[in-house]
Amino acid sequence: MTDVVMPQMGESIVEGTLTRWLKNPGDRVERDEPLFEISTDKVDTEIPSPAAGVLAEVLVEAGKTVAINTVVARISDGGGAAAIAPAPVVQAAAPVAPPPSAPVTAPAPVAAAPAPAAEDLGPLSPLVRRIARENNIDLSTVTGTGAGGRITKDDVQAVVTKPAPVAAPPAATPAPAYAPPPPRAEAAKIRVEPMSTMRKKIAEHMVHSKQTSAHVTTVHKVDMTNVAKIRDKAKGAFQAQYGFSLTFLPFVAAATCKALREFPILNASIDGGNILYHSDINIGVAVALDNGSGLIVPVIANADEKNVTGLQRSIVDLAARARSRQLKPDEVKGGTFAITNFGSFGSVFATPVINQPNVAILGVGTIEKTPVVINDGIAIRSICYLALTFDHRLIDGALADMFTGRVKQILENWTDSVL
Amino acid sequence: MLAAVQTRVLSTRDLGRMKWAETYALQATLVEQRKRGEIADQLVFVEHPHVVTMGRNGHDKNVLASEEILAKSGIGFYHTNRGGDVTYHGPGQIVGYPILNLNDWKRDVHAYVRALEDVIIATLRGFCVRGERSPGATGVWVGDAKICAIGVHISRWITSHGFALNVDTDLQYFQYIVPCGLARPVTSLRALGIAAEHDEVKAALRSNFAKVFGYETEN
Repeated sequence: MTDVVMPQMGESIVEGTLTRWLKNPGDRVERDEPLFEISTDKVDTEIPSPAAGVLAEVLVEAGKTVAINTVVARISDGGGAAAIAPAPVVQAAAPVAPPPSAPVTAPAPVAAAPAPAAEDLGPLSPLVRRIARENNIDLSTVTGTGAGGRITKDDVQAVVTKPAPVAAPPAATPAPAYAPPPPRAEAAKIRVEPMSTMRKKIAEHMVHSKQTSAHVTTVHKVDMTNVAKIRDKAKGAFQAQYGFSLTFLPFVAAATCKALREFPILNASIDGGNILYHSDINIGVAVALDNGSGLIVPVIANADEKNVTGLQRSIVDLAARARSRQLKPDEVKGGTFAITNFGSFGSVFATPVINQPNVAILGVGTIEKTPVVINDGIAIRSICYLALTFDHRLIDGALADMFTGRVKQILENWTDSVL
Repeated sequence: MLAAVQTRVLSTRDLGRMKWAETYALQATLVEQRKRGEIADQLVFVEHPHVVTMGRNGHDKNVLASEEILAKSGIGFYHTNRGGDVTYHGPGQIVGYPILNLNDWKRDVHAYVRALEDVIIATLRGFCVRGERSPGATGVWVGDAKICAIGVHISRWITSHGFALNVDTDLQYFQYIVPCGLARPVTSLRALGIAAEHDEVKAALRSNFAKVFGYETEN
């Protein structure tokens, strides 16, 4: 007679579910012929017969979960053995791996209810232990229905889903080291909603950036009157010709690219103790998704090679595809400098967070007609605040102001009406 | 190809679009060849036409549409020998069938499934998506939604079946079933805003697979 046991299918595996017998009692089996199937954790495994002979007895029926090394069947060698099969032995699930014997002298942690001795419960699967732990279930009170009275996953889950008895003593609450969650009565006033993946990533990125760079923001006042005049003259024809409107943003982007060529350190990044100067100027343009549902920074690659029209086209295209979630992975990678146009939402100036691994970001404030003093006279000019946040680890304040001043100078002296 | 393989080499093949039943038969052939040592470990990629398959632990109640309705909608329905409950395969989903001899790696089904999850998680990371495990629920999840299903069959430590990763799957089709018997949503890279090319994803899967399982890749 050969015992067939539930095999151990992995180090952490203590039980298996017998899903199907491939042979019936009385069938002849060859050694290594598939005999039954078991299932653990989405893996279905065919178990070969350990010996040739006749399947004399099936001790565990399909659908049952038993501990490893439990005898599930017996195979008699040779013919006619089935007739002399011994009366079924009282089958106690062999407690396989002896439960780790806790040192007797170890002081039990002082708890409201004494912890049950693990030894009394027989081998338990890690899953059962985990469910019990997470739900504060005392396993000694759970009735096991598995082989040999073992507590199965179903047993412990049945306890979890059963409403707690009213008389249950309140769990001893240790004094929390943190502010306790609001009591249940308050729950109705709070709506819990898991963060979207994008929101989690934005949150991570923002904190990471603040922890990485020494953020400093410098603000320059820029007279955009020249640019406004050129834009006013061109915008009608531009809209007619290209099908999208001409904004101030491509002018700012073009001026920024020009200034970046003159101050390449603003187009750099930090790698440990090294400064990486990027020869390409790839401008990330922050795009707010609808209803404040997120923020994404698609990149205009080689932005310095584009004129105002080309930049405007790229901005419109990337923003539209960002909002419809059609960007390709490459289009949000490789930015070397970023621009954020919070002015379009009415902000005068803000202090943007650097888009890592860049070392600076330019924020464009709203453009407003403002009375300004020019040659001791008062004039109405189109004024805009440009806010440059820079990483003070790499860029000194003077340099940041020289760069922003250069952007300002290019914009204020814009004369080229060819876009 | 015919020599018994000494070192741990992974050979990859891409079947393109192929019916589920055909790959089921092909897998059986590959498993036999692998058992005899005639071929190296294989990673087979395929994209199936619409099909619903039921694993060994499947419950009919998790198929919400009758077989007739499925048939009318052009969706095949099969019972199979992999672990797990019911699942859907269809266009836009990259299905990976690793035919591996675990005797050469670890004879441990849990470790194998966890390693498959690692491959998927590493691949998603390359597309800026954070895939996670959900304790007690095999597969890879993004938030609360399942992006990759896993179901495996093992015979003499040779694996078959594997994983199904939603790239730009039409998620509507999952309405016919309760995926894996869990009333939780499904998602895809596309639904997360990632427009990824299938070839790009397969290349990433292959390289992560080789890394996680420690192969010298053959091709």
